Amino acid sequence: MPYETVIGLEVHAQVLTQSKIFCGCSTRFGAPPNSQTCPVCLGLPGTLPVLNKKVVDACIKLGLATRCQIAPFARFARKNYFYPDLPKGYQISMYEYPPATGGQIEIVCNGESKTVGIVRIHMEEDAGKNLHDGAPDGSYVDLNRAGIPLLEIVSAPDMSNAQEAVAYLKALREILLYTGVSDADMEKGNFRCDANVSIRPRGTTALGARAEIKNLNSFRFIQKALEYEIKRQTAILEEGGRVVQETRLFSVQRGVTSSMRSKEEAHDYRYFPEPDLMPLHIDEAWIASIRETLPELPDAKRARFIATYQIPSYDAGVLTGTPALARFYEEAVAAFARPKEIGNWIMGDFLGMLNSEGKEIDQAAIAPGQLAALVAMIDSGQISGKIAKTIFEQMYKTGADPAAIVEREGLSQVSDRSELSEVVDAVIAAAPKEVLAYRSGKTKLMGFFVGEVMKQTGGRAHPTQVNELLRDRLKERPLIV
Amino acid sequence: MINTDTIHGVHQALKKKEVSARELVASIYERIERLEGDIGAYITLTPDMAFAQADAADRAISSGDIGPLTGIPIAIKDNICTRGVRTTCASHILSDFLPPYDATVVSLLTQAGAICIGKTNMDEFAMGSSTENSSYKITRNPVNTAYVPGGSSGGSAASVSAGMAVAALGSDTGGSIRQPASYCGIVGLKPTYGRVSRYGLVAFASSLDQIGPLCKNVTDTATMMDIISGHDTRDATCAKRPPESYTSGLGASINGVRVGIPKEYFIEGIEGEVSAAVNGAIQDIKKTGCVVKEVSLPHTPYTISTYYVLATAEASSNLARYDGVRYGYRVPLANSLLEMYTKSRMIGFGPEVKRRIMLGTYVLSSGYYDAYYKKAQQMRTLITQDFMDVFKQVDVVLTPTAPTTAFKIGEKSDNPLQMYLSDIFTISVNLAGLPAISIPCGMSKEGLPIGFQLIGRPFDETHLLNIAYQYEKKTTVCSPTIKN
Repeated sequence: MPYETVIGLEVHAQVLTQSKIFCGCSTRFGAPPNSQTCPVCLGLPGTLPVLNKKVVDACIKLGLATRCQIAPFARFARKNYFYPDLPKGYQISMYEYPPATGGQIEIVCNGESKTVGIVRIHMEEDAGKNLHDGAPDGSYVDLNRAGIPLLEIVSAPDMSNAQEAVAYLKALREILLYTGVSDADMEKGNFRCDANVSIRPRGTTALGARAEIKNLNSFRFIQKALEYEIKRQTAILEEGGRVVQETRLFSVQRGVTSSMRSKEEAHDYRYFPEPDLMPLHIDEAWIASIRETLPELPDAKRARFIATYQIPSYDAGVLTGTPALARFYEEAVAAFARPKEIGNWIMGDFLGMLNSEGKEIDQAAIAPGQLAALVAMIDSGQISGKIAKTIFEQMYKTGADPAAIVEREGLSQVSDRSELSEVVDAVIAAAPKEVLAYRSGKTKLMGFFVGEVMKQTGGRAHPTQVNELLRDRLKERPLIV
Repeated sequence: MINTDTIHGVHQALKKKEVSARELVASIYERIERLEGDIGAYITLTPDMAFAQADAADRAISSGDIGPLTGIPIAIKDNICTRGVRTTCASHILSDFLPPYDATVVSLLTQAGAICIGKTNMDEFAMGSSTENSSYKITRNPVNTAYVPGGSSGGSAASVSAGMAVAALGSDTGGSIRQPASYCGIVGLKPTYGRVSRYGLVAFASSLDQIGPLCKNVTDTATMMDIISGHDTRDATCAKRPPESYTSGLGASINGVRVGIPKEYFIEGIEGEVSAAVNGAIQDIKKTGCVVKEVSLPHTPYTISTYYVLATAEASSNLARYDGVRYGYRVPLANSLLEMYTKSRMIGFGPEVKRRIMLGTYVLSSGYYDAYYKKAQQMRTLITQDFMDVFKQVDVVLTPTAPTTAFKIGEKSDNPLQMYLSDIFTISVNLAGLPAISIPCGMSKEGLPIGFQLIGRPFDETHLLNIAYQYEKKTTVCSPTIKN
């Protein structure tokens, strides 16, 4: 029987704020354990949470960016459970009244567009972190992360394979970056994902029993975990078995998911309205003020790039991957209007070098204007495309202007006809056999002559002119005695 | 013998330099030395801090800088955090907890020059009505030590009643200021929810808890309120309202003020003597020019059940942080995380606290939430609405504070339901978030104090205190005698 997969995703994105959601502690990453804590985020008796309004702003902003309805009334709730990294014995989250519901995100997967629904977006505080390593006498708890503001973004079960899930996550991540709501840094755990996966006979509408896969923190692991889980559930169904509803954990080392807790062992979180915080009343004026701060979003930017710069949709997709990348591209194109060529340079050599170093484009030494200058020099014939690659490598390393590199290294293209003529004549004089062969019809030898000229000029000869000159000189002529 | 009776009296004596703050504090500790063995009002005494604060007060006074609370010895309930002074909530689980910060009310009192004498006994985590649920000791009623002082702020009420502090702070979640004030023959005010910052008050039921003063008279109560009330950025539920002077509101005419008597509060279960004394108070209040009329609060029968669903639900969550991980009691040997949690909490909490945590956990559980918690929230809305309707007809509501006078020690400790009923007249006020004050209005034949309660509109403390003040001036009720 053919089966189809149903995937819904829950993303936790850290909100980019200076201070925590309910106290004034810093959110800086990487500080020594428990150095960014206070009585409030330590959950000391008698302390009370006070909401950081910037987190609400961020939640509304993301809601608007994902075409959600913004609720006029929202309320925090307590999610009760015991764990050493949870100082109060409950997490302040939201339950019945999230601020944003019913949104959509457009994704493109294998060239096809699809709309994924956003069920809800709500705010909550992060928990701390248990440390088991390097502690022979027990475990330690680092509460720097306790109270870090998070947005939980719950998708509809609209994805039907791992690639779509990854495409959705990439699209969501882009929106987070564009809106400045989160840096969505997956390595720091600022963008984490839980996936709900189920399988059902193709064409049926009832959802199968689902497995929730916890804590997936890279696109690659998400893809692998989902593919494994789909295979696992399909195998169970094909053998006539039943998938049980449970929470599963993905092992990065083994590439498999394994049961963490069954439905029966599931927590009863005993949600109830948080009495220490007043409900939120979000009025039109507040929403409007946030709407004003919304930047051009990835979808709109892609469409504009295709229309304005006449580039393929694939290129537009890559070049709008992050706001910084798009900004770089637009500044470069503004400096020199060769959109396709500039795009190629960015997508090819530039991103390749950045990726190999794990850098973002705004950390690169090259400025948009410099890349534009380089493309302009190729365009004017001042340098060859091949030389340009060498120049680009140096620009990448040093941040120097291409003109300066050309000047310093004497890399300027030789397009002076008389200078080239001398070289061409010398090459022809030095290869009488090849000349004869060429003249007797072996025109493929043109490549040999071009190569020789390039060798002589250190690759700086203007290829079109070299071809013209060679063709002219090698023309069969009557022997004049 | 220095008269340590009222804030006002002590203030005058300090101002006229008849006594120094140091002498005053010394005399308070002398009195504590003599009486504390019989009464047991305090869990922790803070003489070092008190004398240092007294010296600071004396310096201020000698430079002519004296405010209404400068040099006034005050007792603080042990669920209100005091920086560096252990704050136990009368619980074994917090026996060694030293808060790294002061509650907002404590900061405000300290800034006003008040002196902290010590931390008072209470029912564990403020759960109880007799101060018998303390993990440390019981507190006895200074009026008659065979009787309970009421609770949960029994230590605070007893300290003031016995002259072991001039005034005290308590907390009131369902009557924990008013009922002990009534049992000990003093004045106790539960302010409007949001009037006084809860920052630093160890939470029992966050939507009901409120800090308030216990004093010898209404003027003192207003004086304390002048200092401790007001907005606090650290408490999101604390109302953003301009500061008010309650003392300057005292003395205004209350001619024609309408006083409502809810018929549902004067039915079976009230002791005859209590009924008579409260009726006497009604007659006295008429003499002040108030108009008395009967009103109805129809949802009164559901008050106790509503309260015990909501308060325990919140408590079950608020007390989850006492897990032995970061502070407080942790069982020394445990083989697993779960065992550490269960044993630490099993040993650390007393029976009444565990009873309420279990009840609260149950009413929030999946499948029961709608039947209990949600229904109780709906009922809370109706109970609040009852009051709002009544406040369209009258300005304040008058009821007994408690259905009986203080009961004997041990009399109800095996019967939680009987114990819960002693708060039957005070609980609805917390559910509706209203201000209410208990004022002495007589004594039983056995000499046990009786109090009545005035309930006001939200944030109408000024008016409420003035009515209480006018009554106090008119009445001939005498205070109980406490041995010296």
